Amino acid sequence: MPIALLALWQFLSSHAIVNPQILPSPTTVIAKWWEYLLPTEAFDAAHSSYLAWLFSGEMIRDAYASLYRVVVGFFIGGVLALPLGLMMGANDRVYKLFNPLIQILRPIPPIAFIPLSILWFGLGNPPAIFLIVLGAFFPILMNTIAGVRHVDSIYIRAARSLGANQRTMFLRVMLPAATPYILTGARIGVGTAFIVVIVAEMIAVNNGLGYRILEAREFFWSDKIIAGMFTIGLLGLAIDTGMNRLNNYLLKWHRGIESK
Amino acid sequence: MSVKPHIRVSSVNKIFSTGGREVFALENINLDVQPGEFICLLGPSGCGKSTLLNAIAGFSFPTSGTITVDEKPVQEPGPDRGMVFQEYALFPWMTVEKNIAFGLEIKKLPKETIRDKVDALLIMLNLQDFRERYPKDLSGGMRQRVAIARVLALDSPIMLMDEPFGALDSLTRRNLQDELLRIWIEFKKTIIFVTHSIEESIYLADRIIVMTYRPGRIKKEVSVTIPRQRDPSSIQFNELKKELSFLVMEEQSRSHEAQVKSSTAD
Repeated sequence: MPIALLALWQFLSSHAIVNPQILPSPTTVIAKWWEYLLPTEAFDAAHSSYLAWLFSGEMIRDAYASLYRVVVGFFIGGVLALPLGLMMGANDRVYKLFNPLIQILRPIPPIAFIPLSILWFGLGNPPAIFLIVLGAFFPILMNTIAGVRHVDSIYIRAARSLGANQRTMFLRVMLPAATPYILTGARIGVGTAFIVVIVAEMIAVNNGLGYRILEAREFFWSDKIIAGMFTIGLLGLAIDTGMNRLNNYLLKWHRGIESK
Repeated sequence: MSVKPHIRVSSVNKIFSTGGREVFALENINLDVQPGEFICLLGPSGCGKSTLLNAIAGFSFPTSGTITVDEKPVQEPGPDRGMVFQEYALFPWMTVEKNIAFGLEIKKLPKETIRDKVDALLIMLNLQDFRERYPKDLSGGMRQRVAIARVLALDSPIMLMDEPFGALDSLTRRNLQDELLRIWIEFKKTIIFVTHSIEESIYLADRIIVMTYRPGRIKKEVSVTIPRQRDPSSIQFNELKKELSFLVMEEQSRSHEAQVKSSTAD
C-alpha cells in the first residue's frame, strides 16, 4: 500500500499533473531530505572531529533541539505529576484539595497557553518547554491518580497482613501496582509533548523541526517542508518505540505482555 | 513463640446494612480455638464464614463482641496471623523469591537470613525451579504454594485460610491438602480454614464448625476423630459426610429460598 501510494505520487508529479511547487516528486523530497541531513560545510579536520562534523547537518541540529525540549519538558512534567498523582490517588484530602483546580486547567489545550507563555517567558526555550511541561503533566497526573485508585484491594490486604507499614505499602505495593497506568500516562504525555513541541517551535523559537518547516514555507520550499515532516514522523516513531521498549521492560511481570 | 496462641471469639455480632436493610452476617458467635488446632469453618456461601475469618484477621471489626488472640484483642491485621486468600493475592510484580521474602524484608532481617529461609521454603514446597519466575507464569496450584510459603516465612503461629484451594482442580487440591497437613504437623500451626467443601473439611479438620445462612450462627460443632491419614472412601468418613451433608444442605436450601424470595420481590 505505501509503495502504491508512493508510485502514484511519483506518477502525478513527474507527468506534471500537479504543480511541483505544490507537490514535489518523492525523489526530489528524498534528495532534499538527504541534503538536509548532511553537514552544510566540507569536512575540515582543523576545526572539528569527524564525528562532530558528521552530525553538524541542519536536520540533526534541528532534531536535537526538538528532542531536547521534549525530554526536558517531559521530565519536568513527570517529576511534578508523578508525586502529586500518587498523593492524590492515595489520599482523599489531597485529592479534594487539588482536584477542582485540575479540573479547570485540564481541558485547556496546552496550545492555548502559547500567548500567555510568551508573555511570561519571552521567546526561546523557556516558553516552549513550559508548554511541553503542560502537555506532559496532565496525562501523567490523571493516569497516576487512576492507577493508585484502581490498586486491587486484595494486594493491600495481603501486604497489611504481612506487616507492611505505610511506606512499604506505598513504595512496594501501590506504586508497582499502579505502574501500568502510569506508563500509559507517560506514553500519552510524551505524545502530547511531541505535538506541542512542533507547534511551540513554529511560534516561539527559531530552530527545531517545527520552526524549520514553517521557515521552508516562507521560501516556498515544499520539498523541504515534506522532508521536515518526514523527519518529524521518524522522530515520533523513534520516541514511541523507545517508550514501548521501556514499557515492556518495566512490565515484564504483567499478564497482558508476552515477551517478544 | 514460647506460648502457643489461643484464639477466643466471644459474643461476636456483625451487622451489615445493605439497601436500608440490616443483615446479621454473624450472630452471637462463640468459639475457642486451642493452640495447634485445625479448625474448618463450613457452610454455604453467604453464611458468614469468611466474615468471621476476616474479623479474626483484623480486616474488619465485629459490631459487638470481642476477638482475642492470647488475651490481646485483635485490632489490625498482622504477621502473627498469616492469611492465605483464595485469589492467591501474590504480588504480580515480584518474582516468586521476592514474594516469599516480602514479609521478611519488612522485618528488616539480614540478607543472608532471608536468603536461607527462602531457600528452605522453596525446597519444602517444591518451588526451587520457579525462584525467578513471576506469578503470571505459574499454575494455580503453584501460586497457592507460593502464597503458603510467603506466610510460612513469617513463622506466624496462626494461619488463616479463606477457601485457599477452592479454585484448584481436584488432584492439585488433594496434593496441597496433604502438603498443608504435613506443614501443620511439622510446624504445629493453629489453622482456621474456610471451605464449602464437606469432604475437604473432614479430610483436614480436628473440628468442623458448621455455620447457618443468615443470620450467620454456629449450627453445630463436629469433632473429627478419624485418625489421619484419612481415607475418603472409608465408612467412618462417609458416615460423617452424610451427617454434615444433611446439615449443610438445610442451610443451602435456606440460602436458595432467600435468593428466590429477593429476586421475586424485585
